Amino acid sequence: MPKENRFLPYLREDRLPHIFCPGCGNGAIINAFLAAMEKAEMDFDNIAMVSGIGCSSRIPGYLKCDSLHTTHGRALSFATGLKTANKDLDVVVFTGDGDAASIGGNHLIHAARRNINLTVICINNNIYGMTGGQISPTSPKGSFGTTAPYGNQDTPFKLAELVAAAGATYSARWTTVQIENLVTSIKEGLKNPGFSFIEVATQCPTYFGRKNKLRTPTAMAAVMKANTVFKSAADRMKPKDLEGKIVVGEFANTQRDEFTENIDKISVEKFGKKTLINSAYTTEL
Amino acid sequence: MRTEIRICGFGGQGVILAGIILGKSACLFDGKEAVQTQSYGPEARGGASKCEVVISDSEVDYPKVQNPDILVAMSNEALIKYIVDLKDNGTLIVDPGTTYVDDVKDYIEEHNIEVYEAPATKTATDEIGLKIVANIVMVGAITKITKVISKEAAIKAIEASVPKGTEEKNIAAFEAGYALAE
Amino acid sequence: MAEEFFIQGNEACAKGAIAAGCRFFAGYPITPSTEVAETLARELPKVGGSFVQMEDEIASAGAIIGASWGGAKSMTATSGPGISLMQENIGYAFMSETPIVIVDVQRGSPSTAQPTMAAQGDMMQARWGSHGDYEPIALSPSSVQEFFDFTIKAFNLAEEYRVPVFVMADEVIGHMREKIIVEDSIEIVPRKRPEKTDDYLPFENIENGTTPMPAFGDGFNIHVTGLTHDERGYPDTNTPETHDKLVQRICDKVLNNKDKICSVKSENCEDADIILVSYGAPVRSVVEAVNKTDKKVGYIKIDTPWPFPDEQIEKLTANAKDIIVVEMNLGQMYYEVDRVCKRNSNVHLMGVIGGLLPTPDEILEEIDRVGGN
Repeated sequence: MPKENRFLPYLREDRLPHIFCPGCGNGAIINAFLAAMEKAEMDFDNIAMVSGIGCSSRIPGYLKCDSLHTTHGRALSFATGLKTANKDLDVVVFTGDGDAASIGGNHLIHAARRNINLTVICINNNIYGMTGGQISPTSPKGSFGTTAPYGNQDTPFKLAELVAAAGATYSARWTTVQIENLVTSIKEGLKNPGFSFIEVATQCPTYFGRKNKLRTPTAMAAVMKANTVFKSAADRMKPKDLEGKIVVGEFANTQRDEFTENIDKISVEKFGKKTLINSAYTTEL
Repeated sequence: MRTEIRICGFGGQGVILAGIILGKSACLFDGKEAVQTQSYGPEARGGASKCEVVISDSEVDYPKVQNPDILVAMSNEALIKYIVDLKDNGTLIVDPGTTYVDDVKDYIEEHNIEVYEAPATKTATDEIGLKIVANIVMVGAITKITKVISKEAAIKAIEASVPKGTEEKNIAAFEAGYALAE
Repeated sequence: MAEEFFIQGNEACAKGAIAAGCRFFAGYPITPSTEVAETLARELPKVGGSFVQMEDEIASAGAIIGASWGGAKSMTATSGPGISLMQENIGYAFMSETPIVIVDVQRGSPSTAQPTMAAQGDMMQARWGSHGDYEPIALSPSSVQEFFDFTIKAFNLAEEYRVPVFVMADEVIGHMREKIIVEDSIEIVPRKRPEKTDDYLPFENIENGTTPMPAFGDGFNIHVTGLTHDERGYPDTNTPETHDKLVQRICDKVLNNKDKICSVKSENCEDADIILVSYGAPVRSVVEAVNKTDKKVGYIKIDTPWPFPDEQIEKLTANAKDIIVVEMNLGQMYYEVDRVCKRNSNVHLMGVIGGLLPTPDEILEEIDRVGGN
């Protein structure tokens, strides 16, 4: 008998098997999330998940919590409404590079600007997996995709840095090769009472790998590991030497006013009225 | 009976508030029906400003003013632009400090317009010491001249419409306007 | 004691929302609807509600859906360009059966067109704007009082049927001031919380198609998706029967309750030669024209353009020779009236664009033209 995964109780077993490809990083990231959630001593029943469209956005559907699988790119706007309507919920957003940074880019920077207490796990595989291997806003310059048959000419976004610049109070980047660090950062993000963004660089052997001569998950992991530079080291390196590197570490870890607390504060301080929760179910308002 | 009123001037004079007070007086305190509309075009960002009120004993169906029974002009530009819509035998109230009735005297004669001069801006400045209450002075004059709303209703509507703490000055402005047309 | 106010249509809409129990508003500034947002920004904190100015209309629609699952009655208000942007998320709300209210204060269109002028160019956007098959509910107010009343009704219908409901107003009604009477006791429909049983199905295929909806955090651990899903909410995108059953039910829960949802008002229709059909602001001109004419003319005012009240309209127009649809576009609801009435009557369109409400005189001219003078 194989040993049962200790995280199984958190999964909707009746939805298995999942749709992820062999070698996909999503499984490792789900494990990292659940480990971090336990380490942060979160109440799993109080977690609500929101996601957009794409491979990574399918994750909440496999977890046994309230989950809102929304439209492409818009997860953060739905999450903003959900969290504002009930700020007692711990809202976690799973998203990908295309979902968060391309179609949802505007929502991403505005959610960071508001410092709304959401924990966003952005699984960055540098490609559109669900639709079959098109380049994304994080695809490295020169990489290949079905919509970049001659190599991607565009400069990719650096998401963790972008989100930090937009005002997130916690932002970090790790890869699926550094699970320990990833767990620690997700834990930090869950505990941070503000906008937390954890970017995870991951392998997509099916599309990114196949298009870029990295046919196995292990080959991809090896390249990712070889290209990783810690932020502390990167800060002392020249931009030229950082080309093609994945800089890992924390890009923001600070505190400032949180969005839903500010809304509540106006109601309480000006009108002596706490923001109502679950008001739709009553007529006594 | 349906009465159509158009109050016009330039941005900042408070012609919109004057119209709102007329409408509010009529339907909240005089037991009549009223609809107030205004222009929202780029002109509302400065330049000409226009506010319209329909007051009626019965329900107001069509809500817009087409041919006013009463035209109140607080700028010359507005006077020239809107005089042509005024009904035959209609009432024209102008602020002589900001308009030149001579510019429209042909229309006044041809259409038998009844003209009243209410120096609202001067009264507001000289008697109340606040130029910005010229609109309320004008409401006083309109109330007295046209009787389209009652004095009691107007005072209640002013109290309910102006910023808290300014009621006294505004009522004084109204009374000064009401007295102008004695 | 009932209270009386002399306020703008947009303010009345905001007041109605609060009276209906709306405690979350997300929106983006757009003329001529902005006063709805401005009023709620001021008033919601007073009643323990939340106001959020989002980064765009797409985000506004997303936020109100999220807030609805968070347990708050929620609303957004916008105009044509904003409605265009919201359409994908509106489709999501239909698919996920999320109660929300969308207020559209219509302006001259297409594109940016006439932000400060009135039109009724979004009626088909409310009907068919998002992709796929669904049955929307839309209400069109013709007075400031109705903008207040219909906003409350929109919330009640949204809860009753777990659907997005549109309030299709226009610049005339949004911006004009009139008296409204706010009664002491207003009937509002609270959301029903499901019972926590092992066999609870959040998307159960029941006869009237509406199951109670839990809030996130209630412990139901439900999955909500825009993908085709089974009764548990689990994606099942490749089984034709699952999709057919789901979409059919989402349509039927509105269509099978049309007799309860649809509303029209009418006068002098029984023996009229000509019947004027209108909704929203043009009703005001139509009523005045009908009162002025000495011809045998009646009118029908459509309170609920969607679902289209075909049965009521067919019955009311059975004896009319001619029907004139008066609307502020180049023919939208006209085609619905024509579909229903063309067997018995000649259906004419009086489509007015340009931004001004058609005048009673213009309508009287149209009556003369159609009726032969």
